[in-house]
Amino acid sequence: MVELEGIIRRYDDLLALDDVSLSVGKASTVVLAGPSGCGKSTLLRVIAGLVQPDSGRVTVGGIELTPSTRTRIRDLLGYVIQDGGLFPHLTARDNVIIRARLLQWTADRTEARLLELSELTHFPVDALDRFPAQLSGGQRQRVGIMRALMTDPQVLLLDEPLGALDPIIRRDLQDDLKEIFSRLEKSVILVTHDLHEAEWFADRIILMRAGRIEQEGTAAELAEHPGSEFVSRFVRAQRTADFGSVLR
Amino acid sequence: MKRVAIILLLLLAAIVPRPTEQVSIRVASKKFTESVILGEMFRILAEDSGASVGHLRELGGTRIVFEALKSGEVDVYAEYTGTLINELFADRDIAGIEQLRTELEQLGLRMSDPLGFNNTYALGMLPDRAASDQIRTISDLNRVSGLRFGLGSEFMERSDGWPGLRSTYGLNPLQVNGLDHDIAYRQLQLGLIDVMDVYTTEARIDALNLTVLEDDRNYFPRYDAVILYRADFADQYAAAVRNILKLQGRIAAGEMTSCNRRVEIDSITEQQVAADFVEQTLGISSKVSDPGRLARITDSTLDHLELVRRSLLPAILFAIPLGILAAKSRWFGQFILGVTGIFQTIPSFALLVLLIPVVAKLGLQSIGAGASTAMIALFLYSLLPIVRNTQSGLTGIDNALQESASVLNLPARYRLLEIELPLASPSILAGIKTAAVLNIGFATLGALVGAGGYGQPILSGIRLNDTNLILEGAIPAALLALMTQAAFELIERYAVPKGVRLQSSSR
Repeated sequence: MVELEGIIRRYDDLLALDDVSLSVGKASTVVLAGPSGCGKSTLLRVIAGLVQPDSGRVTVGGIELTPSTRTRIRDLLGYVIQDGGLFPHLTARDNVIIRARLLQWTADRTEARLLELSELTHFPVDALDRFPAQLSGGQRQRVGIMRALMTDPQVLLLDEPLGALDPIIRRDLQDDLKEIFSRLEKSVILVTHDLHEAEWFADRIILMRAGRIEQEGTAAELAEHPGSEFVSRFVRAQRTADFGSVLR
Repeated sequence: MKRVAIILLLLLAAIVPRPTEQVSIRVASKKFTESVILGEMFRILAEDSGASVGHLRELGGTRIVFEALKSGEVDVYAEYTGTLINELFADRDIAGIEQLRTELEQLGLRMSDPLGFNNTYALGMLPDRAASDQIRTISDLNRVSGLRFGLGSEFMERSDGWPGLRSTYGLNPLQVNGLDHDIAYRQLQLGLIDVMDVYTTEARIDALNLTVLEDDRNYFPRYDAVILYRADFADQYAAAVRNILKLQGRIAAGEMTSCNRRVEIDSITEQQVAADFVEQTLGISSKVSDPGRLARITDSTLDHLELVRRSLLPAILFAIPLGILAAKSRWFGQFILGVTGIFQTIPSFALLVLLIPVVAKLGLQSIGAGASTAMIALFLYSLLPIVRNTQSGLTGIDNALQESASVLNLPARYRLLEIELPLASPSILAGIKTAAVLNIGFATLGALVGAGGYGQPILSGIRLNDTNLILEGAIPAALLALMTQAAFELIERYAVPKGVRLQSSSR
């Protein structure tokens, strides 16, 4: 569904992405993990067409990403960022339906989809008319996810979607998100710096370091067969008070 | 739709002028007492012929009045031969009165015979200061070092003023400041300056018992007061002109000084003093009407609002699109902020004078109520805060929101109107508020081109050293600024989207 080939992106002296290639199939969840500054967010933004690579090829749904196809490709994408990226002057409802409105959906169709999504994301219907500032952090994140899913895109890109939340809400949302991912059968690419979260969601974890893919595999593979000193240090550093994880 | 309606309404409000009284004859005066009194005399005499007459009082300078006379916006005013020869026609090297008449004729202007008094320039000092250094003549000034000169701004520049005086006498004072003439009087009294330029028929010379220094090298030319008027006006309103010309040779220096004294020292209105003189000298009586303070304030308020409304509204409609363009193109942004910034640095009076020929060339009204010069100057001053705040409001939008809008594929127009402008609205409104408050302050300068407003009583008050009159303009101007500030707080409630207000208050 999403193919990256030899992506290079340089910012002045810094090589943010150094020859990254990656393939994400239908109905699979890939997590980009790694320490901050490793290039994982930049990679996601390359797919979203927000960052132009210096060289390399991006293909989404068989279409190569170029300035002229960017709009078409974005129609295939749902994009969720930390704290939801909601427009503060629009209510939760208006944030969610903004694309549908532009596509001139009928009111009935819009409303039906809205209800479906609020059920899916466990977002209270009576809070739909509130503004983002009147919602909790977790609720804002759920609205962000609803907005990304509104027009049923094939690919879901999430950049640290749970980064700003406190642990309990984070836990709830992790459960809900995992269920959403498995029910909707979308290609999901999720960025996180938290290996536990990566383990929870991912079929496959891509561990990045300094603009390169250091190692990819399941959480167990990374823990048991670290390909480098960096991988084992990164895995060890994340062994905290967690229960039932292969990372321990 | 609602937005379009609001814009149309604003446009309409911006271009519809306040109906003003139509007059057939326009008298003008410069912003010193003698000129205003003479203007009032002309008005009374023209009215006596049955015409409807308006008096544009206290215009900001010789250039402004003379240009207005040339362009036909003014029909008649009192001028001085020395000013005509040495200032207005300085480049023509005029030898005598007859040549002056010919030059004027070519511009479609005529000049009367002298009114009877010579109001020349002189230098004045406080008597104690002059006596202690035994200064009697201008040459004596060279004997004393450390003197501080405070000279009228116009005198500083005029070819018959300071530059020539300095070289004729070889003067080399410690310090020379260009000041407003009325302010110079204050500074002299306070001992902040030692020497100032005076007009010889001024009442304050006597009132302060100033020592007028003898022009021992006969530098200053004669400044015989004359009536300057348009030839076409003389043809059209022959009776009015005949009446005004009755003043030729009828005002002696002592009489003029006494008229000036009655206004400046005895605080009698110019209108009353002029009426008394015309009645005594020419036997023509007139009714003196004082509309009272409240009516005056109402009038200045309406004039002031007119200036603000017709400059601020177009500025808003013009500056917001400019700010949007500035936000979208960095190069254009730098350019447009630079240009609007330059307007801010041009001194307001200079901008007004610079605009007069431009406005006249465009066939617009350059002086008087609703003068385009004042509107355009205020319009230009109002641009920068709005352009800058629109630009910074748009470029300051959280990058995460910009990117969300990008990935959501929002079309450019929709994105600008529905996302970016609402998010930038607090900043844009703050810019408009700044522009409005600045505009209200700057609009007091409209009085310099006869546009009225709160600047009028302030200008008169400074000239007459009348604090009450100054406050009559200053207090309403301050109140209006405060009310505008308050009104914008209300507008913010309405115009800034609720969600944005909630967000900023929860932070």
